[in-house]
Amino acid sequence: MRESNLGFRAGVVSIAILLIFGLAWHLAVSGTGQTQAMDPEYAKLMGQTATQGKSAMPGPIDVLKTIWGHLKEPFYDRGPNDKGIGIQLAYSIGRVLIGYTLAILVALPLGFVIGMSPLMSRALDPFIQVMKPVSPLAWMPLALYTIKDSSISSIFVIFICSLWPMLINTAFGVASVRKEWINVARTLEVGNLRRAFTVILPAAAPTIVTGMRISIGIAWLVIVAAEMLVGGTGIGYFVWNEWNNLSITNVITSILVIGLVGMLLDQALARVGRAVSFPE
Amino acid sequence: MSDEKFISIEGISRHFDAPGGGKTTVFEDVWFRIAKGEFVCMIGHSGCGKTTVLNILSGLDLPDGGVAIVDEKAIEGPSLDRAVIFQSHALLPWRTVLGNVAYAVSSKWRGWAKAKVEEHAKGFIEKVGLKGSEGKRPAQLSGGMKQRVGIARALSIEPKILLMDEPFSALDALTRGTLQDEVRRICLETGQTVFMITHDVDEAIYLADKIVLMTNGPEAMVAEIVENPLPKERDRNLIHKHPSYYAIRNHLIDFLVTRSKTFKSEVPADYDRRKPPVVRPQGQPQPVPPGEAGRKVA
Repeated sequence: MRESNLGFRAGVVSIAILLIFGLAWHLAVSGTGQTQAMDPEYAKLMGQTATQGKSAMPGPIDVLKTIWGHLKEPFYDRGPNDKGIGIQLAYSIGRVLIGYTLAILVALPLGFVIGMSPLMSRALDPFIQVMKPVSPLAWMPLALYTIKDSSISSIFVIFICSLWPMLINTAFGVASVRKEWINVARTLEVGNLRRAFTVILPAAAPTIVTGMRISIGIAWLVIVAAEMLVGGTGIGYFVWNEWNNLSITNVITSILVIGLVGMLLDQALARVGRAVSFPE
Repeated sequence: MSDEKFISIEGISRHFDAPGGGKTTVFEDVWFRIAKGEFVCMIGHSGCGKTTVLNILSGLDLPDGGVAIVDEKAIEGPSLDRAVIFQSHALLPWRTVLGNVAYAVSSKWRGWAKAKVEEHAKGFIEKVGLKGSEGKRPAQLSGGMKQRVGIARALSIEPKILLMDEPFSALDALTRGTLQDEVRRICLETGQTVFMITHDVDEAIYLADKIVLMTNGPEAMVAEIVENPLPKERDRNLIHKHPSYYAIRNHLIDFLVTRSKTFKSEVPADYDRRKPPVVRPQGQPQPVPPGEAGRKVA
């Protein structure tokens, strides 16, 4: 009762903040500035800022109109520089999921090895410590040079940036499984492989999924920058292209859409996290 | 004859690396035996290596010297023949009660079908009085119920030996009493051989046939083995009326309070590490006030 009451009140406050922000935005960009009398021929060359005193910044209503336009037709394709926002998003999500899945396939087994073997943990630690802080975009030239394909290069960049949090969390989760649970398996003569799947994996799963959740967040941050660099397709390229078009409404729309997709990806991993967690 | 030395600890020793180099000897050249079907408790202060002895028996730890033999085979590692009840119950929190017990059952009998495993597991869950809680997770259970699951899990693999490391020490007095009764009943019914570590003198008197006394560590030794003079059939509420009750109780407390410290400096001339002296405290037949109870050391 109390909880739902709080939720309702928080919702009201959220909507109020949104309305105040929208109104302030609307007022800030709709004010008329100075206009000067000028030759009509010259006026045609000038933007509305100079001729009608209108702000160059679009208002909330302009953005809503643009969003509505994208929603009506998200998947149109009129050549390489004019594709619907849905197509661009699909490219980005596809690259993230491929790179992320590859990272899972490498990070989980390797993390298990590092977590279970103190020798490997120490031996690989310097490499991980040096590679982890490198901005994934620094890999881009090397990827472009060796792979020679811009799309696969951005997938590689996603792979490399998703790898570290998953690897480190898996290794940590595996290494810190409670000794008594391992001892239970040992006294029951459970073999190594079965022990890994029936004791270590469930015990380390919450930590592993936390790493996966950090990774998907980073991957979604990085894909926008990577696509701005390599161009062609994707939501990052779309943002940059619309900046070149000076379509600020489309840039703002993209920001909202990127945020929404990032939230959905995060929520999906949060759901997985709840499924594998256990109360002690 | 092999029944007499069903478990035979022969000259085991264990050292740990001391902080700042060197070695700490936990115990050295420890010998004792446990007969089949016997309930043996080990008593001693913290740090005397009780848990190390139990870990060696379970196979989770290996002695640096000597050997522990069970049923004519030297212990080389953990085995399904020896079940452990852990002090902290050590249930897998992501499994249900049934899942925890079934995990042990399916580890012992790998070929069994799921239905057979669960039926077997349910039998033992019922035996420890948890029927109806099969689907609950450990987090939903009280401390006593968790330890019941630990007991069911250990018994379900029908081990040759049951090893218990202070299994009731984390429980409140009432729950502890109930669980002691149940463990005693189940072990008597099945003739289970049990080795149990405890701090609690009364628990040892109520449960044990023999009590192994360890002196203080480091370099602990088995001071003596006390035979419990109380009859095998005993009632928790009546044992204090038994003429020998205070004899054994005072003997044990006396050991814990003073002799566990002083034993090493005044080792009896005829003391033989291979055959620690066996004593049987006997009381006068007439009831006497506690504290003045006669004590005769055999």
